[in-house]
Amino acid sequence: MELISQHAKRIMEGCKNRAREAGLRFQDETLEYIVTNRDLLELSPKIMIPTLYDYWVQDVEVLRESGRYELYPNNPYETVINTRPPISYYNDNNPDWLNVMIFYHVIGHIDFFQNNLFFRHTWDYDFNSRALADKRLIAKLRSEKGRWVDYVIEFSRAIDNLVGYFDLLADLGQEESDRSLSMLDYYFDIFLQRGPRSSISLYSKEIDRFNRMLREYPEDGETRFLKTITEKHAELEALYTKKAKEKKVVGRCDLLQFLMEYSPFLNREENQWMLMVMEVIRSTSLYFQPQIRTKILNEGWASYWHEQLFLGDDRIKGHEVDFAIVNAKVTSMPRVGLNPYALGMRLFQYLEERADKGKTGLEYFQTTDRDQRRSFDRATGKGRDYIFHIRENYCDSMFINSFLDQDFIDLHRLFVVGKRMNKEKMTWQYYVRSRKAVDYKQMVADSLYHPPRLEVNATDNNILVLNHIFEGKPLVRDFISGVMLAVEFLWGGEVHLFTSDPIPVKVDQENEAQGKEEKPKRTTSWKRFRYAVKEGKVTRTLAE
Amino acid sequence: MRGTRSKADQMAEPVMNTLQELYRSLEARGLSPEQRQVIERELGQTEHEHLYAPPPPAPSLYAYNDLDVLQQMVPSPVASMLAYQTLDHLLQRDLQREKDGFPRKIRMGKLVKPGRDGDDKVVVIPTTVEEKFIHGQIREESEGGEEGEEPGEGGIGEGEEGEVIGEQPVHEEQGGGEGGPGQGQGGAHELESTIYDLGRVLTEQFALPNLKDKGKKRSLTRYAYDLTDRNRGFGQILDKKATLRQVILTNIGLQRLGNLDRIDTGNLIISPRDRVYRILSKEKDYESQAVVFFVRDYSGSMAGKPTELVVNQHVLIYAWLTYQYQNQVTTRFILHDTEAKEVDNFQAYYSMQVAGGTQVASAYRLVNQIVVEEELARDYNIYIFHGTDGDDWDTYGEEAVPELEKMLVYASRVGITIAENGFAGSTRSEVEKYVTKSGLLESKKELLRLDVMSKDSTEARVIEGIKILIS
Repeated sequence: MELISQHAKRIMEGCKNRAREAGLRFQDETLEYIVTNRDLLELSPKIMIPTLYDYWVQDVEVLRESGRYELYPNNPYETVINTRPPISYYNDNNPDWLNVMIFYHVIGHIDFFQNNLFFRHTWDYDFNSRALADKRLIAKLRSEKGRWVDYVIEFSRAIDNLVGYFDLLADLGQEESDRSLSMLDYYFDIFLQRGPRSSISLYSKEIDRFNRMLREYPEDGETRFLKTITEKHAELEALYTKKAKEKKVVGRCDLLQFLMEYSPFLNREENQWMLMVMEVIRSTSLYFQPQIRTKILNEGWASYWHEQLFLGDDRIKGHEVDFAIVNAKVTSMPRVGLNPYALGMRLFQYLEERADKGKTGLEYFQTTDRDQRRSFDRATGKGRDYIFHIRENYCDSMFINSFLDQDFIDLHRLFVVGKRMNKEKMTWQYYVRSRKAVDYKQMVADSLYHPPRLEVNATDNNILVLNHIFEGKPLVRDFISGVMLAVEFLWGGEVHLFTSDPIPVKVDQENEAQGKEEKPKRTTSWKRFRYAVKEGKVTRTLAE
Repeated sequence: MRGTRSKADQMAEPVMNTLQELYRSLEARGLSPEQRQVIERELGQTEHEHLYAPPPPAPSLYAYNDLDVLQQMVPSPVASMLAYQTLDHLLQRDLQREKDGFPRKIRMGKLVKPGRDGDDKVVVIPTTVEEKFIHGQIREESEGGEEGEEPGEGGIGEGEEGEVIGEQPVHEEQGGGEGGPGQGQGGAHELESTIYDLGRVLTEQFALPNLKDKGKKRSLTRYAYDLTDRNRGFGQILDKKATLRQVILTNIGLQRLGNLDRIDTGNLIISPRDRVYRILSKEKDYESQAVVFFVRDYSGSMAGKPTELVVNQHVLIYAWLTYQYQNQVTTRFILHDTEAKEVDNFQAYYSMQVAGGTQVASAYRLVNQIVVEEELARDYNIYIFHGTDGDDWDTYGEEAVPELEKMLVYASRVGITIAENGFAGSTRSEVEKYVTKSGLLESKKELLRLDVMSKDSTEARVIEGIKILIS
C-alpha cells in the first residue's frame, strides 16, 4: 500500500475545490492509497480498515451465502472508509480521467459520511486510530489469555448484529437526558397512569388543579400541590423513592450491552477483561451500522455527484465518451435486479426536479387535477437545497418509503419481476409481476437490511430470556443453536429464546389436478417455540 | 452429457404416468399402510421432474460495491486461498475447540463456485460460517424450487404486467468442462490438488484409516515404451539439435571457436560422445487404480438435510480416496429415483434437485451394468458408495438385494449411508431392514458396510460415518 502520486493528488485537490463550490461539505485532509490485489486480499476480510483487530475467521473462506449481507453489516470492498481523515483506495493504473470520476464519487461518499445524521456517532473520533488501539489491546490480551480471547471475540461477534444502534442515536439526539425524575413527574407520568384502567378524566382534572394552584399561589403552588397529593395517597412517597433508586435498565434491545452490564459471569473479577473485548466488538459493529442502512442513499448521492461534477470539470474535456461507458456500467438499472447506485441516483435527480418545480409542498398535493399536477411549476429553484436536506436526514428505509411513488415508477418504467417455471419448455420464465408503486416499494423494502429485534430480560432465578419480536419471518434455524451456545457462555447460565417457527400446512390435493396454471396453495401457520440452552445442550419446545 | 439431457427431457412428460402405473402394480401386490404413506408422499412431489436449483437470484443490492463497479478490483477467491493459514494450523485450532467444550467450526468439503460468466471453478476449501440470529425464508419454499410467494426482483424497461420478458433454461449448462482457453485444464487441476490436500488432512487429522495393501490384487502399474530418453553415443534416432549443441560445447571447451560471429563449421571437431540419440525406454504408465461409484438417491423424500449430508459425505470420501490412491481415482456419479442415470461431473451430481419416487434396485442395476459393459472389474478396485434416506418402494428388497449380491462379487467395498429423513418416526427404514435381513452385513462383513445417521447429524458425525464405511 502506497500513497498515490503527487500528480494524482493534485488532481484530487482540484476535485475537492470544485466539489466545495458545488456545495458539498467535508474535511480538508484525505488519504489516497494505491492497492494491489494482494493488499485487497488482506484488506477485504478486515472490511478495508487496515488497522482492524486480527481474528482467525479472517483467514478462512467464509461461506458466501445469499443472506451474507444479513450477517455482516458492512461491505468488504468499499472504496472509501469513514475515518478521519477518510482513506480511499485506487488501482495503480487508472487513467487520469477515470481517477477524476472516482475522486468525485469518493468525495460524494465523504460528504455523506460527514453530514448524514445516521453517522452522527462516528463524527467525533477517528475509527482507524481507535481500531489500532483495539488491535493492540486484543493482541496484548491474547498474549495473556491465549485462545480464550478468540472465543470471546467469536461469541461476541455471534450477537454483534443485535446492538442498540437506534438507542445510541436517540441518546445523541437528546441534549440533557439525565434530568432526574421529580416527584411531580412521577405523580403525573407514572403514578396516575398505572394500572389497567387509568382514567383520563382524573388525569386532566389533576392537571387543571395543578395549574390552578400555580396561578393562585405563584410563590409555592407546587409545594402546596405536592402536599395535597401526598396527603391523599399515603403510599406515593414510598413508591417514588423506590422508583428513584432503580437503576435505568440498559440494553433492553442490545444484547451485547445487556450482557456486559448484567452478566454475573462477566462481572466476576477474573473475567473482567472480557468486557474490553466485547466493547471492541460492539463499538466496531455500531460504527458500521449506518453504512448498511444508507446503501442506496449513499451510493445514489455519490453517483449523482460524480456525474454532475465530472461533466462540469474542464480539466478532462475530451473523455466524455470514456466516462459515458464507465458511468453507464455503474448507474444503469439492470433489466432484472436492483442496482443501488442507479436507484439512488435516479431518485435524487427526480426529487431535485420536483423540488425545483415546487412539487413538494402542500399546494401541489392539494392539486387533484391530473393535468394541473403534471404542468405544476412554481420555479422555486429549491431542488439542490431539498436533496441536501435529504442527504442529511434520511436513511434507506425512510428514503424508499417516502419517495418511491407511482410517478417515479412510471417515469423509469420500473416493475417487479416474478419467476415461474414453464414445464413445456423446461425454462424459468421471468415476467412482469407488477408495475404498481406499492409492490415495487414493498420489494425494495423487503430487500433492505433488517436484523431481528430481540427483547432481553433476566428472570429472578437468573435465566436470560430473549424474546424475538415476530415480524413475519423466522430466524434461520441452523444458526440458532450456535448463537445460543455463545450467549450461554457470556451469560454463564441458562438462556431461553422465544421465537416463532413456521408450520407448513399440507398442500391441498384438489388443486394439483387442476392443471399447471394453478399453483398449489401452501400456507403456513406460526407457532411460538422456546429454545433453551443449559450446559451446552440446546432443546426446543413448543411454548404455546 | 447432451444425450443424457435430452433423455431426461423426454422422460419428463410421461414420468407421472409410469410412476402411477408402478404404484398400482405395487399396490396390487399388497402394501401396508405405512408403505402407502411413504409412496404417496413422494408421488405428491413428482409433479415436477428433477430440476437444477432454481435460477440464481439477481445480485442483492448490497452485492454492488465501489471497487468492483468503478475499478473492477475484486480479487478472485481462488487466488485468496494463498492467503490462508495452513490447513493443519486451522484444524489444530478446531481440535482444541472440541477439547474446550465448543463445537467445531471449520467445515470441510464445501464447494465454492467463484468466477462469473461461466469460468467457474470448483474448489474445496476450509470454510466456516459465523452464526448469528438473522431472518430467513420459510423453509418449505426455499427447498421446493417452485414458485411460491418468494419476493420478486427489480426490473426496468418495456413489458405489460404478466408479460414474459425472458427465459432461462432450467437445466443449467455445465460451464466447468469446456471453460475458456487455458481454463479447463487449470480448473480441473485446482479441484484435484485441493481434494488431495483435503484427503491428506482427513487421513491425518481425523484419523481416517489408511487403506490396507491388497496383496492379491494384480499390480496396476503398466509400462509403455517410448522414445523419450536421451543417450550419448548410441541409440535409435539421432537428435540433431542436441547433438549440434554438444558439438559446439566441445569445441568451445577446446577453444577452437575464436570468433563466435563467424563459425566455420568445417573446422569443428566431432567426438563420438557428442552424438545424442533418442533411445527407446520403459516408461511407467499409471492406470487409474480405483474407480468409485457415488450413488445418490434424489427422490422427493431426500429433500433438505438428508441430501446435504449425503453429498457432503461423498465429497469427503472422494477426497480421502484421492489421497489414498495418490490421485489415481476415477469417479462415476449415479443418481436414482425410480430410474437411475449417470451424470458426468460432481457439479451435476451435487446440484440436481430432489423429486420422484424411490427404487434403489435401479441404481444398483445400472452400476452392475456399467461394470460389466466396461469390464471395470478386471483392472480396478471398485468402490461403491450409496447415499439414501432409506425409503424404498421395493419394501422387501426383492430386486435390490440380488443386485447388491452381484455387486459384492467384484467390489472392494460397498458403503451405504442412510440419512434418515425423519418422516417415518423412529422406525427403521426399508433399506436398513432389508439389508440387515439379507444377512449380507454378516456374511460379507469385509465388503459391505451400512451406516445410519439421523438428519440432524453434524459434520463430525459425517466423518465418523466415513470411518464406519471404509475401515
